[in-house]
Amino acid sequence: MHNRITNWTASDDAMVENAIRRGATRRELLSMMLAGGVAMSAGGMILGRASDAIAATPKSGGNLKAAGWSSSTADTLDPAKASLSTDYVRCCALYNRLTFLDQAGLVQMELAEKVESADAKTWTVKLRSGVTFHDGKSLTSADVVFSLKRHLDPAVGSKVNAIAKQITDVKAVDPTTVEIVLANPNADLPTILSQHHFMIVQDGTTDFSKGIGTGAFKLETFEPGVKSIFAKNPNYFKSGGAHVDSFEFFAISDDNARVNALLSGDIHLAASIKPRSMRLVESQPGFVLSKTTSGNYTDLNIRLDMTPGDKADFVKGMKYITNREQIQKSVLRGLADIANDQPISPASVYHNAELKPKAFDPDKAKFHFEKAGVLGQKIPIITSDAATSAVEMATIVQQSAAEIGMNLDVQRVPNDGYWSNYWLKAPIHFGNINPRPTPDILFSLLYASNAPWNESQYKSEKFDSMLVEARGLLDEAKRKEIYGQMQVMVAEEAGTIIPVYISNVDAITEKLKGLEANPLGGMMGYAFAEYVWIDA
Amino acid sequence: MRTFVLNLIAHRLLIAGLTLLIVSFAVFFATAMLPGDTASILLGQAATPEAVAGLRAAMHLDEPAVFRFFRWLAGLARGDLGTSYVNNVAVADLIGGRFVNTMRLAGITTLIAVPVALTLGITSAMFRGSIYDRIVTILTIGVISVPEFMIATSAVLVFSVYLKWLPALSFANEVTSFWQVLKVYAMPVITLAFVVSAQMIRMTRAAVIDTINTPYLEAALLKGASRPRAVLYHALPNAVGPIANAIALSLSYLVGGVIIVETIFNYPGVAKLMVDGVSTRDLPLIQSCAIIFCIGYLALITLADIVAILANPRLR
Repeated sequence: MHNRITNWTASDDAMVENAIRRGATRRELLSMMLAGGVAMSAGGMILGRASDAIAATPKSGGNLKAAGWSSSTADTLDPAKASLSTDYVRCCALYNRLTFLDQAGLVQMELAEKVESADAKTWTVKLRSGVTFHDGKSLTSADVVFSLKRHLDPAVGSKVNAIAKQITDVKAVDPTTVEIVLANPNADLPTILSQHHFMIVQDGTTDFSKGIGTGAFKLETFEPGVKSIFAKNPNYFKSGGAHVDSFEFFAISDDNARVNALLSGDIHLAASIKPRSMRLVESQPGFVLSKTTSGNYTDLNIRLDMTPGDKADFVKGMKYITNREQIQKSVLRGLADIANDQPISPASVYHNAELKPKAFDPDKAKFHFEKAGVLGQKIPIITSDAATSAVEMATIVQQSAAEIGMNLDVQRVPNDGYWSNYWLKAPIHFGNINPRPTPDILFSLLYASNAPWNESQYKSEKFDSMLVEARGLLDEAKRKEIYGQMQVMVAEEAGTIIPVYISNVDAITEKLKGLEANPLGGMMGYAFAEYVWIDA
Repeated sequence: MRTFVLNLIAHRLLIAGLTLLIVSFAVFFATAMLPGDTASILLGQAATPEAVAGLRAAMHLDEPAVFRFFRWLAGLARGDLGTSYVNNVAVADLIGGRFVNTMRLAGITTLIAVPVALTLGITSAMFRGSIYDRIVTILTIGVISVPEFMIATSAVLVFSVYLKWLPALSFANEVTSFWQVLKVYAMPVITLAFVVSAQMIRMTRAAVIDTINTPYLEAALLKGASRPRAVLYHALPNAVGPIANAIALSLSYLVGGVIIVETIFNYPGVAKLMVDGVSTRDLPLIQSCAIIFCIGYLALITLADIVAILANPRLR
């Protein structure tokens, strides 16, 4: 979504549409564009646009079938506990949030009509009226109070307990108005409420296996680790509701099997395919790739409070010896954007584009390693498949380091238990961070002095006070400026090396229309079922 | 004769019960050694110490694992498989449908693989050294050497993606007619049949050849029996014991070892369930699956032993 094409005109659009109508394959079109000097990723966008234009009127009916990549007996319909993409997809079909993020990353209202505050501390949420749950009950403020308060109860096991803790009070003012009081001002509340975990469930729900929500689909079958089937909700509050009559979702964990199921026509969408399967999909007529770069990344963390990370020059050296371009090209086969050691991706409106990534420079790296006195020592790096592509990244860094006489000992450990045993603990290790909607969440979670996931143990009082200041600001321009400075601080001072933002690629059949990229993640921020239609 | 067999079965059952208990302990200790518990794994990256403690208390995981294990064992004695930690569903319900799926797949595979394997194994022994024997040997060794994910994935590429004859997924499709059952099961069954029958063919051939090499068979041939007659009437009855064991060993694999086929064809069976159980440290689920696999294995082996004893006049 940040690939801007400047010299593309409407007549070019028409040419591509025309070619598609004539039955040109995606590959032919892409080579046509490459010849015209349009980059590959941007080319994909144009194709998406052109094929959308051909069938721009949604069609009703059909049974949508889609496959995610992870599913187990731990599958849940409880939004607070949702942890895998498959959980998000199911919850998005069944429930709604107060707000959601649109394609541009801007907040839009869903169950709420208005979310307002004068001081960013006390917020008033005005609910939409006439919304009903699948069992016929009307949505009231009591449901919202219940849904939000759940996250504070440790027995619920909410994934967003840490974020929810800033909510000190939620109360119903009248049946359609809720007041939320925060411990400290936070202008991001509307964005926070757009996270999947903050979906609205019915007051008093303890058994979530029935999936009673307000969403575009009603639950028909839910078998954890097997599949779920949903039927269109005829009483959905958004006009028209879902386009498809039913929606079936399951997971095929094997990457090849998922792609094969798509190519054989068994499913309409195969979520998150690996770069190596892309060529197979592109070579077949009738299939399209949908790319999203939403800020997921794998980072190399050097703890600043342990040897050798306590020597600032060691960290600097590591930043120069990380060959970001090679990681982007050979590890991720181009499906990534080069990052600049800070967590706010270009998908965010707060991304600081002036902060350039450090260039690969073995000479500078050697200079810093010598200064730190670590050359010739054997330094262990813990890596694991638990973090996407971390093993390959470690190998690339190790190879470049070996060329300047720096001996990095890559230790590969099992996926199982990686997050509880090595992540945050080992002196040098890899982490993997999922996209979060606001800089505030990312910084408070990962870089504030008291952050629960402070991967490099970065501590700065200046940073902490800037974080609090920006959080309470309702002035957008000022906030953007502060967040820009904070990104520079993280990139220069923290011990987290973020080489690239990893893209997510979903493969779909051309018959599936209406799928667009969303900053909350692949599959339209996991909410695609409601928006897509099947053009049979 | 009857009392002997009954005694034997009673003895076997006793040993089987003991084996189950030992397996159960072994599985428990292996699980206990794995890092992390259900609460920390469910919370994943979000597992702060207080969140883990809170969830552990809410899930009643705060008492020592040994107590929970013995409670599960006591429940098992009453026929109760316990409740899954992860989603609070009775383990019996979780396993139920999937066990039927696994048995169905194993059953169809057995029906196809065993006759094919026996025919090929016995005939290739009968014509040992012939071109036919060599072709069968080369093919079976070839199939043994190719990993099953390779066979399965290639089959999907050929039959589903390029030819579009068969669906790539076994379970995602509605099955309403016998024809559809054939289509849906064709690929998983072919893949599994390849894997298990190759082993059986080799073992059958070896067992029959062993008896062919004995002096009494030479005598039968010298007396003028044709080669097929010598093999079928004189050698085969004596090879039944080892063949039964070979079949039992190959088939026991179908009960719990088909995780790769389940994954590639997205077939919901018990093998995948056990893997889920281990990855979430769901003790009752792991234990129940282990017991089921163990029972399946013991039943097949015991059956093979009984067949071997009944077929051998000296042991009878």
